[in-house]
Amino acid sequence: MAIFVNQNTKVIVQGLTGGQGKYHGLRNKTYGTQVVGGVTPGKGGTDVEGIPVFNTVAEAVAATGADASFIAVPPKAASAAILEAAAAGIRFIVCITEGIPAQDEAKVYNTLVRDFPKTRLLGPNCPGIISPGKCNIGITAGEIAELPSASRKNVGIVSRSGTLTYQALYELKQRGIGVSTCVGIGGDPVPGTNFIDCLREFQADPETDAIIRIGEIGGSAEEEAAEFIKANVTKPMSAYIAGVTAPPGKKMGHAGAIVSGGKGTAQGKMDALRKAGVKVGQNPTEAGTLMAEIIARLESGKSKGRGWRFWRRG
Amino acid sequence: MDLFEYQGKQYFARFDIPVSPGGVADTVDQAVTVAESSGYPVVVKAQVQVGGRGKAGGIKLANNADEVRLHAGNILGMDIKGHVVKRLWVEHASDIAEEYYASYTLDRAAKKHLLMLSAQGGVDIEEVAAKDPGAIVKLHIDPVDGISSATARQAAIDAKIPARAVDGVASILVQLYRCFTEGDCDLAEINPLILKPTGEVHALDAKVSLDNNASFRHPEWDDYRATEELDSREQLARTHDLQYIGLDGSVGIIANGAGLAMSTLDVVNQVGGTAANFLDIGGGANADVMAAALEVINFDQKVKSIFINIFGGITRGEEVAKGIVEALGRVDLRAPIVIRLDGTNAEQGREILAKAGIPESKLMSKPTMLEAAKSAVAIANGK
Repeated sequence: MAIFVNQNTKVIVQGLTGGQGKYHGLRNKTYGTQVVGGVTPGKGGTDVEGIPVFNTVAEAVAATGADASFIAVPPKAASAAILEAAAAGIRFIVCITEGIPAQDEAKVYNTLVRDFPKTRLLGPNCPGIISPGKCNIGITAGEIAELPSASRKNVGIVSRSGTLTYQALYELKQRGIGVSTCVGIGGDPVPGTNFIDCLREFQADPETDAIIRIGEIGGSAEEEAAEFIKANVTKPMSAYIAGVTAPPGKKMGHAGAIVSGGKGTAQGKMDALRKAGVKVGQNPTEAGTLMAEIIARLESGKSKGRGWRFWRRG
Repeated sequence: MDLFEYQGKQYFARFDIPVSPGGVADTVDQAVTVAESSGYPVVVKAQVQVGGRGKAGGIKLANNADEVRLHAGNILGMDIKGHVVKRLWVEHASDIAEEYYASYTLDRAAKKHLLMLSAQGGVDIEEVAAKDPGAIVKLHIDPVDGISSATARQAAIDAKIPARAVDGVASILVQLYRCFTEGDCDLAEINPLILKPTGEVHALDAKVSLDNNASFRHPEWDDYRATEELDSREQLARTHDLQYIGLDGSVGIIANGAGLAMSTLDVVNQVGGTAANFLDIGGGANADVMAAALEVINFDQKVKSIFINIFGGITRGEEVAKGIVEALGRVDLRAPIVIRLDGTNAEQGREILAKAGIPESKLMSKPTMLEAAKSAVAIANGK
């Protein structure tokens, strides 16, 4: 198991003939992802290293049976690309494009909710998703993700930042801990998929035994997720929030990473998560160490997740 | 990008939002000229992006040319909370019957636009929200639908805007929404939105923040960019197209990825140091980018040590290392570098750095983020 994508996911790359699309699309294919086609208007009938290119997403879906799309097109074209994929019946869209205007994002998000409720958008401005050994869509370097192990406990990762996602994958690999799925939800103000969507899936996924979340300043996604965790997540969690020292009113690289009007601070987010029973690290390595401790406890059979309160000696 | 008041008013005017007749002045003479054409009495207003201008003496009423000369002379060059006034906005002074508040932002939690409207304007809206939350109407607007005249009217009525002002307010709400959406604003705020004794409604102030991601479709923003309040370090960073934010500390920071850069600032702080900047060099991290980054950091006189924090994902460690070695050949650094290189091919990268023959007093490699931060902070703190 894994969440959102697995070995059966068939992916098309919108923008396969462009620099980013070609580079990452081919890397994803090399990793073992079923990259079945590409879409570039006007280049239908050609191919990129054997991957057929179509003029429209609808044509690509009809010819290949693709159910997922990887969008790597410039900000100007991204909104239309997302809606085209949704209209063609794509179930899971990953959009890595950085720099989409917030107004476009808000419109696309609400259009998807209203007209294409079965389509899930991951991103924009995200590193993508990897279910190690099964499917890798986006820019994650697959080799730094440890494969999940049937005989051990595995971790799900959900993160807003790209490099910190790599860091989390790396921390786990160093310790030999397998990853079920690693989802990068992106650093923009209106992410198509949020923390709660991922936590819900991880909670239901039998292959995921514990969850790491990497957050950052801005918005209230972490606070809302904390409420959700309290009520719905029984699997143990560790977390890290970047941006404790970020000055208010400045966008810290990501469009969504901004503390405004005293809201969206790292401290507030850490407090909310701690209250929900999540182990919060002061840096990414500490979040990894905390997770290693959680896994060790799970594997020694001494804990049943966050329900440890009910554990009885003997 | 935050606009100055005068720019905000000019932006409002593009979307037919009524503002007072006025103009910009950089000198006392210009202020008088603008005052004469706007009609006395006028208000002379300091153009700085900081609150509390009025209390600091940056906003004055003038009834004639002599008074304009006096006030403009005093305000130009005035230091308001560290912001030196270089420009004035002079406009015809309006008679005010009532003051309201209106703004549009994106509500990230609801993923919809948020209209806030209140009949209690002219004061800090956060204060109104704290003291009398019922006095603010909050209305979510679906970005797909936008706001209709009927909805805007109802919002005005719900906010207890008096009947004689409802039509005027509703019309401005519709125009302000156009400004917010078509104008690609993160924030479009009018405080106060005034009712004149004559019954007209118009914007007496303008607070506009633009979404930089949309600049590709707004060539007119180039003018605003030229006047943006950046310190000299940030200006230099902009010429190199770097994601840089100037801070006050002594440890220069270079990291790849926004999240890791933020995290680096935090770790430096945790071990007792202060960061001089935020700098995300993105995924590439080649010699050109690294040299530009080092040049910007080196320009900052407060920097006592430089912490380069790189985690290789797609970017490979050996490429980063080559970039650093090449960049060091181009930039003559005042402060030593502490580097933490981890992730893909980090071993090869560290080997390249070790073999480059750079003395440890100039470049020190540490295996973890925490250790590197400790070393960088120790150097910066003179230990």
